[in-house]
This record gives sequence, structure tokens and C-alpha cells, in this order.
Amino acid sequence: MLEHFQRLGNTVFDSLEKIGRGHIFFAQVLAGIPGLFWRPYLIVVQLYAVGVLSLTIIIVSGLFVGMVLGLQGYNTLVDFGATEALGAVVSLSLVRELGPVLTSLLFAGRAGSALTAEIGLMKATEQLSGMEMMAVNPLKRIIAPRLVAGVIAMPLLAAIFSAVGILGGYLVVVELLGVDAGSYWSQMQDKTDFIEDVSNGIIKSIVFGIVVTWIAVFEGYDCVPTSEGVSRATTRTVVHSSLATLGLDFILTAVMFSDL
Amino acid sequence: MTNQLNEIEPLIKIRGLQFARGSRRIFDSIDMDIPRGQVTAVMGPSGTGKTTLLRLIGGQLKPHAGSIEVDGLEVPNLSTTALYQLRKRMGMLFQSGALLTDLTVFENVAFPIREHTQLPESLIRHLVLMKLHAVGLRGARDLMPSQLSGGMARRVALARALALDPMMIMYDEPFTGQDPISMGVLVRLIRSFNDALNLTSIIVSHDVHETAEIADLIYIIADGKIVGQGSPANLKNSESAWAKQFINAQADGPVPFHYPAPDYMTDLLRGHLC
Repeated sequence: MLEHFQRLGNTVFDSLEKIGRGHIFFAQVLAGIPGLFWRPYLIVVQLYAVGVLSLTIIIVSGLFVGMVLGLQGYNTLVDFGATEALGAVVSLSLVRELGPVLTSLLFAGRAGSALTAEIGLMKATEQLSGMEMMAVNPLKRIIAPRLVAGVIAMPLLAAIFSAVGILGGYLVVVELLGVDAGSYWSQMQDKTDFIEDVSNGIIKSIVFGIVVTWIAVFEGYDCVPTSEGVSRATTRTVVHSSLATLGLDFILTAVMFSDL
Repeated sequence: MTNQLNEIEPLIKIRGLQFARGSRRIFDSIDMDIPRGQVTAVMGPSGTGKTTLLRLIGGQLKPHAGSIEVDGLEVPNLSTTALYQLRKRMGMLFQSGALLTDLTVFENVAFPIREHTQLPESLIRHLVLMKLHAVGLRGARDLMPSQLSGGMARRVALARALALDPMMIMYDEPFTGQDPISMGVLVRLIRSFNDALNLTSIIVSHDVHETAEIADLIYIIADGKIVGQGSPANLKNSESAWAKQFINAQADGPVPFHYPAPDYMTDLLRGHLC
């Protein structure tokens, strides 16, 4: 019995210690960001890796999510004769929720896991130690550009996801199911508010971008430098990032869109 | 006079060094001097903390007690900035080479120069090609690290370690897993660079013959202590049981063949009773 309590206590202390390490790590990386203004190419390279290379999965997913939204919305609203409202349904669902959240989940799976594996392998192959011994701080040279690139890429990818989703909805609702194109676009324009909906969606995606990229780079940097350690860290990145995205989404939605 | 004193004064002075990992004691109050301009080898069985020693000298680990002085600077007490300044004068060759896998051979060697200097591109090119030529790999400048053999990767890493013209180089197991030709090349390069560039070299290794061939001074570490020290010739004739076992590659001796275990017969009988 006592042993179980001891184990539980150890797990709690280990987790708290790791959270503490994660925050110190974040502060140290933030301190390295100003130096990047003189070397923007470091960020550009990472923007390509985490942003441009994630475009395919974001565009394809956005398209299908928009198409499904249009289809499901049509099936529900057609009974009430309210299919003109589909433009608003698709755009509000995407811009407020599905765009930032699904992009974040996909980003964690595509770019987050790649970041963790890359940094973890750099640690396992002594590249980070080698850099330290060359008097180059890996937090500034390796981690900071990746964190900045992730934070820049996430809102852009979420915007692309939402835009492509709206086009996917248009294809199904207007082109396939024959709803009037004018009402699709005008309802969307009328019901979607820039401050209330679009800005809040952007804020959400920036928050998700910070959290997901932070988890990804920290897990890579903090992993046990073995094949098994890197594999576990990569799994943890995807699991923790996804849970953090969903949990934070609830909190942000409560703050932004309700009177809670 | 001051210069003469500097010549005599060892580059690295280690006094009363203690270091442990968890409950395992790695170093138990060891003293060591690494003389300037010479090749010093630190040898010992696997797992005795030879690589840890290099990390302690490089400031990547902090000792639990004792002092590590490099060129008059107390490494464990240095601020991060001062430590990074000192590291610019140290080169280190990792066992794996530790080349950056997303950069070409040329860019790997240029990496420390680009990071620490504002030299024009034409000069960087000259410097990199000179370093690569010295290790015989000028022609491999456009290859990626994944296209190099283990020996070539270590030679590129050596060129990179020399890029900023350091005062000393630390070699972590430079001969492990090398074919005889690569081994011979590395042995020759380490000695000739040390003499030509007036470096101080520290080799951590357990390859007795290759290391003895080029070392001026050898320390043998086992069980957290220095169990033998002296020139290769002296150690060959040493009366120390540790040194004898290590130099002559004997399976049993002070370093036991068997991992600590209960009595053999008792162990077998206990299994029978179960």
C-alpha cells in the first residue's frame, strides 16, 4: 500500500519537475529570440519545414471538412427550409472552432512530431552537445527559430484551412446541392464578424501555435537520447499537444464566446 | 620569464575531482595535470567515466567537488558567457563525429567560423578549404554527412574542431570502430596537428596500441581513481596490477571478469530449491 503511495508521489513530483523544466526552457528560448532579428534566414528555413511542408495535409483536410460540414448542414437545415444559412454555418464553424482546433491537431501530428524527432535525434547523435562545445547555444541556434516558425505558421495554416473549408462547403452546397450562391456568400458576410469571430479564431490559433510548438521542441530537447527515448518523446508530443489544444480550446471559447 | 612559466604550467589542472551519477561514484578525488603542447591520453576500461572527464573539462557537467582549471580559469565557476568564450579556444571531437546532418561537409566546417566571426565569404571559403585539405577531404566538400564513412566523418569533425584554431583539442574515443587504414590516418593526423599547430591534445581511448604510439603521457583510470600514470614506456614496465592488466589486455585482474554476483554454488542451489 505504502509502495503505491510512494510511486504516486514520485510520479507527481516527476511531472511537476518536468513542468518546471519546461517553463525554464521556454524562458531561455524566449531570451534567444531577439538574436534572430539579425538572422531571419534561420526562421525562413524552419517556416518552410513546419509551414510549407504541412500545406498538403492542411489543404486536403480543410477541403473535406468544409465539404462534410456543407453536406451535414444541408441535411439538417433542408427540413426547415433554411439552407440559405449554410454559408454562415460553414464559415462560423470553421473560423471559430474547426479551423484553429483541427489545424492544431494536424500540426501537432505533422510538424510537432517531426520537430521532436529531429531535435531528439540531434541530441542522440551528440549534435547539440557538439554545438555547445563549439560555443554555440543550441537553444538560440536550433530551438528559438523553430519555436518562432511554429508560432508564425500556425495562424497562417489555420487561415488556409478555414478558407479552403469554405470553398469545400461552396462546392457541395452550391455546385452539388444547388443552393443559391448569392445567399451562401451574403449570409456568410452578414453573420461572420471580423472582431468577434475572425480575430478570436486567429488568437486561438496563435495560442495553439505557441503551446504545440513549445511542447514539441521541449520534448525533443528533454528526451532520453536513445531510439526508444526519441520514439516516446514523439508520441508524448502528439498526445500532450492534442490534449492541450482541446483543453485550451474550451477555456478560450468560454472566455471569448460565452458569459461564463 | 612569464612565458617560460606558462610553458611549464600545465594547461589543465585537476585537483580533488569528485563526480557521481546517482549513487554510482565516477571519480573519487582524482588529481591530474595535462601539460601544454603534448598529447595526453586518458585510458581505462569502458564505463570508467573517460568521456565524463572530457565533459567536465568542457564545462558541460559540473563536478560535485574539486577544481578543474583550464588555462588559469576555474571551469565550474565560470559564467555562461565566460564558459562560451573559453570553449571557442577548445576543440572537441566526439565519438560519432557529431556533424550537423542537414549541412554539407563544407558548411559543417564553416559553421563555427560563421557563428563566431564576421569574415567575408571568400575568406571563409579559403579557411574551410585549408582545413579540409589538411584532413585530406577537400574533394568531399559537397557531400552530406550521411554519404561519409565513419573515418571520413571523424576527419571532417577534426577539420571543424580546428576551424577556430583552438589551443587544445579533446578526442573522445577517436579510434573506435575504425578500419586499420582510417585508424592509421587518424593516429598520424592527431600527432602531426598537435606538433604543427602547437596544440595540447587529450585523447580518451581504450585502444592501447594506437594511443600508446602517439601519447606523451598516459593516465589510466579505473574504479574512480587514477591507477597508473607516466610515459607509454614507463607504463609497459609498471608494477601496478591495474596498469599491467590494462596494457596487456588480460581478461581478469583488478578489473574482475565477473560482474559482482553472489557465490556461484549458492546461486545455482537456490535455483534448484525453487
